Amino acid sequence: MRPGPAGLPTILALLVLAAAAVASVFVGRVSLSPAELTQGMFHPQTMAGLVVTELRIPRTVLAILVGASLGLSGAVLQGLLRNPLAEPGLLGVTNGAALGAVVSIYFGLSHNFGLATPLLGMAGAVAAGALTYALGRGSSLTLILAGAAASSLMAAFLALALNFAPSPYAAYEMNVWMLGSLAERSWDHVLLAAPFVAAGLAVLATMGRAVDALALGDLQAESLGIRLDRTRVLALLGVGLCVGAATSVTGAVGFIGLVAPHLIRPFVGYQPSRTLLPSALAGAALLLLADIGTRLIHTNTELRLGVLTSLLGAPFFFWLVIRVRKTAP
Amino acid sequence: MSRLSAARITVRRGGRAIVDDVSFDLEDGAFVALVGANGAGKSTLLSVLAGLMAADGGAVSLDGQALEGLDRRDLARRRAYLPQNPRAEWPIAVERLVALGLTPYLPAFGGLPGGLEPRLTQALEACDLLDHRLQPATTLSGGELARAMLARALIGDPQVLIADEPTAGLDPKHALDTMRRLKALAGQGKLVVAALHDLTLAARYSTHLMALENGRLAAFGPTAGVLTPALLKQVFDVEARIVGEGPSASVDYLAAGAGA
Repeated sequence: MRPGPAGLPTILALLVLAAAAVASVFVGRVSLSPAELTQGMFHPQTMAGLVVTELRIPRTVLAILVGASLGLSGAVLQGLLRNPLAEPGLLGVTNGAALGAVVSIYFGLSHNFGLATPLLGMAGAVAAGALTYALGRGSSLTLILAGAAASSLMAAFLALALNFAPSPYAAYEMNVWMLGSLAERSWDHVLLAAPFVAAGLAVLATMGRAVDALALGDLQAESLGIRLDRTRVLALLGVGLCVGAATSVTGAVGFIGLVAPHLIRPFVGYQPSRTLLPSALAGAALLLLADIGTRLIHTNTELRLGVLTSLLGAPFFFWLVIRVRKTAP
Repeated sequence: MSRLSAARITVRRGGRAIVDDVSFDLEDGAFVALVGANGAGKSTLLSVLAGLMAADGGAVSLDGQALEGLDRRDLARRRAYLPQNPRAEWPIAVERLVALGLTPYLPAFGGLPGGLEPRLTQALEACDLLDHRLQPATTLSGGELARAMLARALIGDPQVLIADEPTAGLDPKHALDTMRRLKALAGQGKLVVAALHDLTLAARYSTHLMALENGRLAAFGPTAGVLTPALLKQVFDVEARIVGEGPSASVDYLAAGAGA
């Protein structure tokens, strides 16, 4: 057979990711030369050492975890639902995580305990995912509808929290958190999110056969021995775990999950299973590049990661619409 | 022991029996045409036969084993199912689409094992698809797609093929071609069950005819004996004339019945 899932697209995506990761360690607000930074890696007590080991490397690792989560989730959901516009936020977990985090800011918990925000974010993601599952199990259509319903409920509570924000500062803090950022994240955030991200990615990575068979439609996939009910539960569980955890530590970062699979698909002959792994790598690379972008573009206020991905992602959405219009029968 | 048996199958939806107390035994080598008016329960019966829908009453058994008790992968290897108007959801190459029929034989990860490669070529060749091997499945014509889906169903070498209106939407040439292929399969000793709307095609190609009327089995037996103007009057409420026999038979509709 022709090259397997570990073919050319995977290698290419891996190379881009590696280059972006190296760049991410060497680029930042604190201007230090590459030589100083390399030195610093071996001498963590120096100024350069602290910047590298406590700021740049955790930030890079977190970007990879979050990007891979979004990319793989997007690829699985687009395959499962056979909808090119499916993205990780579809199942409600992103808004659920945002609501949890905002609740923590609302009650000022984040000032007493730094990890309160991501922890409550995860609780929110779990709650939203459970709601989507309880309402939507049964068919792909009901899953999408339930996801939309859970999403809007979470969005309504988010608006409520903003409406009654205890102080203008808290409202500002909530708003900014929701824009998504990797700035000022530490190893604590990495360690908190990593186990859930790893579990979620592992669950999603097993879904290759199912999304392949679904290229024939629900009925034929089922006739080939794919258990659709179990497949939907696994997708929701996987996306809930990794995107929920990712959003809990970074805030909402849009478009990565939508875009990454589309970049990969033409290179793998559109086969859904072969889109999975490269999409995770492409998602990680995209997020790293966007994060490097936020560090390189000098503005008085930090340009937030989620804002940049939206600015870059929205035109892509237009391109997608135009392409769908051209290829639609 | 019959290959595929239905014992008193009943499916209810909204208080109405869509399939009502249907029983039959099907043997290898038969090409069974399932006919009936719109809404008679053909698709529902086929879904139950394929093990994709649970009946509210009765049981289907394959080689004497109840379908519910069968492992899904095992069932998928032994029977193939083609829904009405199947389509490809992504522009994957024809050979990839056909290879999906081997899903129940594949390990959880990795590409197609080398040992299965000859089967792919064989299936493509049998359905005259070698020239389209690498073409995106979404760009195939209706007739080509029907052949690709048939190859997808047959690549796993199932003993039973269940097809819901395999000739729907096909022009006469491709409809005849599909029927010829299904008949040839039965000739090779497989069991083929297909819902059909074109009664002339059913009369010419099928070995057995099964007629559903409001969910009930109105008739079942060798096509030549069962397909009569009286049956068509009863099942479809039309006056019909049947001319010729076997491969030259044709069914003409003369007038709608008084009850229409």
